[in-house]
Amino acid sequence: MSDLATVGRLPAGERRWLAGSIALAAGATGAAVALLATSGYLISRAAQRPQVIALMVTIVAVRSFGIARAALRYAERLASHELALRQLARLRRNFFARLVPLVPAQIERHGRGELLARFVGDVDVIADLYLRVIIPVLVALVVIVGTAIAGGLMLAALGVVIAAALALDAVVSAWLADRVGARAAARQAPLRAELSNELVQSIDGAAELAVAGATGQALARLSTVDAGLARASYRDAAAAAAAAAAHWLLSGAGLVAVLVVGLRGVHCGALPGVLLAAAVFMFVGARESIAPLGRAVQRARACSASARRLQAVCHQPAPVADPATPRPLPSRGALAATGVSMRYGPTHAPVLAELDLELAAGEHIALVGASGAGKSTLAELLVRFRDPQRGRITLGGIDIRDLAQDDLRAAVLLCGQDAHLFNTTLRANLLIADPSATDADLWRVLACVELDQWAAALPRRLDTPVGQYGDTVSGGQRQRIALARALLSPARFLILDEPTAHLDDAMAARVLHGVLAAAAGQGVLLITHDLTSAAACDRVLRLGGGRLHDVSTPPTRSDP
Amino acid sequence: MAAALDRRLTRESAAARTPLTIAAALGVVEAGLIVAQAVLLATVIAGGALGGRSLASLRGELIALAAVLLARAAVRSGFELSGRVGATRVLSELRRRLVGRLLLDAPGGSVQGVSTGELAASAVAGVDTLEAYFAGYLPQLVLASVVPVAVLGWVTTADPLAAAILAATVPLLILFMVLVGKGTEAQTRRRHAALSRLSGHFLDVVTGLETLRAYRREGAQAVTLERVGEDYRHHTMRTLRIAFLSALVLELCAMLGTAVVAATIGIELCAGALTLQAGLTVLLLAPELYGPLREVGQQFHAGADATAAADRIFAAIEGPERTPVAITPAELTDERPPLPDPRRQAVRFWDVGFRYPGDRGQVLEQVWLSLEPGTTTLLAGPSGAGKSTIARLLLGLERPTAGRIRCGGTDLRAVDLNEWRAQIAWVPQRPTMFAATLADNVRLGRDAGDAAVRAALDAAGLRELVDALDDGIETRIGEGGRRLSAGQAQRVSLARAFLRDASLLLLDEPTAHLDPETATDIAATLRRLLKGRTVLLIAHDRSLESLADEVVWLEDGRTRDTSTISSIPRSTPVERAA
Repeated sequence: MSDLATVGRLPAGERRWLAGSIALAAGATGAAVALLATSGYLISRAAQRPQVIALMVTIVAVRSFGIARAALRYAERLASHELALRQLARLRRNFFARLVPLVPAQIERHGRGELLARFVGDVDVIADLYLRVIIPVLVALVVIVGTAIAGGLMLAALGVVIAAALALDAVVSAWLADRVGARAAARQAPLRAELSNELVQSIDGAAELAVAGATGQALARLSTVDAGLARASYRDAAAAAAAAAAHWLLSGAGLVAVLVVGLRGVHCGALPGVLLAAAVFMFVGARESIAPLGRAVQRARACSASARRLQAVCHQPAPVADPATPRPLPSRGALAATGVSMRYGPTHAPVLAELDLELAAGEHIALVGASGAGKSTLAELLVRFRDPQRGRITLGGIDIRDLAQDDLRAAVLLCGQDAHLFNTTLRANLLIADPSATDADLWRVLACVELDQWAAALPRRLDTPVGQYGDTVSGGQRQRIALARALLSPARFLILDEPTAHLDDAMAARVLHGVLAAAAGQGVLLITHDLTSAAACDRVLRLGGGRLHDVSTPPTRSDP
Repeated sequence: MAAALDRRLTRESAAARTPLTIAAALGVVEAGLIVAQAVLLATVIAGGALGGRSLASLRGELIALAAVLLARAAVRSGFELSGRVGATRVLSELRRRLVGRLLLDAPGGSVQGVSTGELAASAVAGVDTLEAYFAGYLPQLVLASVVPVAVLGWVTTADPLAAAILAATVPLLILFMVLVGKGTEAQTRRRHAALSRLSGHFLDVVTGLETLRAYRREGAQAVTLERVGEDYRHHTMRTLRIAFLSALVLELCAMLGTAVVAATIGIELCAGALTLQAGLTVLLLAPELYGPLREVGQQFHAGADATAAADRIFAAIEGPERTPVAITPAELTDERPPLPDPRRQAVRFWDVGFRYPGDRGQVLEQVWLSLEPGTTTLLAGPSGAGKSTIARLLLGLERPTAGRIRCGGTDLRAVDLNEWRAQIAWVPQRPTMFAATLADNVRLGRDAGDAAVRAALDAAGLRELVDALDDGIETRIGEGGRRLSAGQAQRVSLARAFLRDASLLLLDEPTAHLDPETATDIAATLRRLLKGRTVLLIAHDRSLESLADEVVWLEDGRTRDTSTISSIPRSTPVERAA
């Protein structure tokens, strides 16, 4: 809950909207209760057959409460949504800012997509905290207190019984809803995950199962897991039904109690008869504000879980920080690593061990090595997404830890393995590299990756949307667009991490040829599996055992 | 939309009918109880307040009232129980049909437009939306159609004037609900679309954060995020001011209806035309008339959400029609022919053509292919040429739409598919690792002792992995277990093939997704596996050509004579690295 308190803290501007929302919501509910109470009084008074004129004030009051109820509710919904939207914008900005230094170093590549999607979802959940949790709870509290006071003014005992009945109903219902929801989640979550996994692997592997003759076994296993989940669901359904019954029983018992106390009061003359109906109707109206509490506490649990996850991500230390007084960016010189060692954790084997590398200005180096040899780690070190544990990386002789990160990345660009295409136009995606680039520049880099004809044939040419919702782009094209973007960058050094992994061999060779020609003046570190394109570089280095080995002599075909 | 779901669910799901029936029955009971509660409550209040009756003399009514309240609690918990149990049963039934379709009718036939993960999520977590529907929305729908009738019926007998006022407001209320609902529905949809676009934008930016940092655009993006959020807020609040008017009008109708009825009853009481008991009853019933109607409007989204979840599953269950892969008995003139043996008899594709149902175009045309016993045929060609479809045809997962596949003169459609598949070992492009022990993953449904499993793992080059695992071959792999690399998974798939010891071996791009070092290692293992079997080896280039006795080139769904083709890439890095 402390995470929720931290995450949910409101700035002053939003606190005013919160206070307004609560006041309006309590007013709206209060008006509904007052409408019922005054109409109960109106009828009881009318049954004593006074002059009609004597009822006029009450009749007007009843109508006013009706109109006030509708108007206040309208205003309350606007105010609470204003609050929620302000929160959403602020939370997104803040959490984005907190996430920036942690990506990619603190968020493991495996499962990164899901983690970030959940992060985004959690921010959305938190943004509804006040709308769906805090406001309903505070409104119920105000209504319970208000009704009890009004009842107490009619007859002290009535106030006590109303307060007790409403509070008991509210607390027990909310507690039961929370318990039932939490227990159902705890019981069902592992079963659901298991069933979901079984479904995914059975469907994905359906053909293999069929060929192996194992479909029957898979079906039997699925049906066992399914039955287990169904049994758990039935138990939880029974618990939910019991909780619903408890709420209605408590609420009914409260009604009977109010009636009995009221009747006693009337009989002994402590309560005027005309007020009995008002008191009972008021109680009936006040019960309505308790109904949303169950949902509110369940939502509170969800918000709390989201807050915990968000804080767990954001509380990680930033892996790198800017120096207090950054040195100016040297205008020339090589990018070099000296004695660089790196391991991911104290128990992990070292990924890089005493590695040395020098990438001269304008030099093209190919870096090869088996998967997991540490090639991408080295790439991330060179742009300071991480720092090595030992050794130093220098640019023009200056340790890159003494440079501002922004300056370093202006000079050294990493085009990562899974470079992202944003959900916008082709033009906007390219301009990220250089906002001042002209259309001619864009067409030039597109030609380098052989996408110029494709782009020219697009319905809206450079203004065609690409990315998630622009489904016109294949995996290979995506990669080539990312490469074109990297070429547009004015950086002096390009680190290209497997830029052609999704292309077929012939295309990969042509594209790399174009890229290396276009980057003639830039230093390039090309991480690749493809030895053909590696041969086009000035040097070929192999990363193995945490060190680099020069394998520049192109390997000849070995006869079996 | 919700009504459409009703029809579809009740038509297609037997399990959905029970909660519907129970909800309808409970709704009728609840309507009666609501009226009874109002009458009893009014009697007690009227008797006690002005009739001068003592608590003791009202005991009978109070006990009756308590009984009614008890019954209402029972009804409400009945709605909850029946709705939740119903949701579970409906989804269970949908899952059974989904699995039946995807595992039995068309194994491995992809579901278009949805990932398996999303489909599984709908098929499992979809129960939440169905619960909201069956336990929340459906009871309200029933109450909204039953309670107003019961209430109006009773009020008519007690106070025709009040009944007339109430009756007049109900159509007005519904009219406004429909009118305003129509007007705001499109707007609400637009708002939801904008909200999910905004969410999508945030996700897009967060996912691309690494790229943004590489290009030093993270600061600019934070500013954009704030601006977009503020724009959205201004825009949304403008539309909300209008959208919430609908609720305002409905609220006003209900509140003023109650207020006008109260005033009318008051005046009638003054004139002595009504008893207090009747007046109080009518006043208690007035909110009950509007309540369910408003609730239905508020829970409308529950219906829409349930539709979305159910639709996804229905779409996957229904899919395009497919031709059955095996010949039907009616098509068989004679008895089933004896099972052909691909170890001794050649498998031949005679002018085979294939197209998937729907508009997905012709995949294969004029395919001629001959797999001679004991030899390895390399089927090469660019990606998308239809190579994997040939594998699916050979496995009997699809049936040719033209031409014939024969083994030793027997049409493949006539053989018992299970017996035919039992002779084949298949190593797919991306083998599935099931959440089970390594040994069970190698067995894949086959009875085999640990020694045989170990031998197969050794043959596939996995001895080092097995030795490194804490529990050896009993280590759990797959989801929730130890993660295997692509190369290791490929080797497990090869171990399956070694264990099966099949006559016909089908290898689909066994080295395509591996780095060159691993690919070279695997090629050596393959050489052992291929020995003495009839093999179809599929690859997008000729890097594995040294393993093959024969090379067939497939392009645009047609087989070509390899001797006339010069553009086939002959050498690739993999081989030169070797």
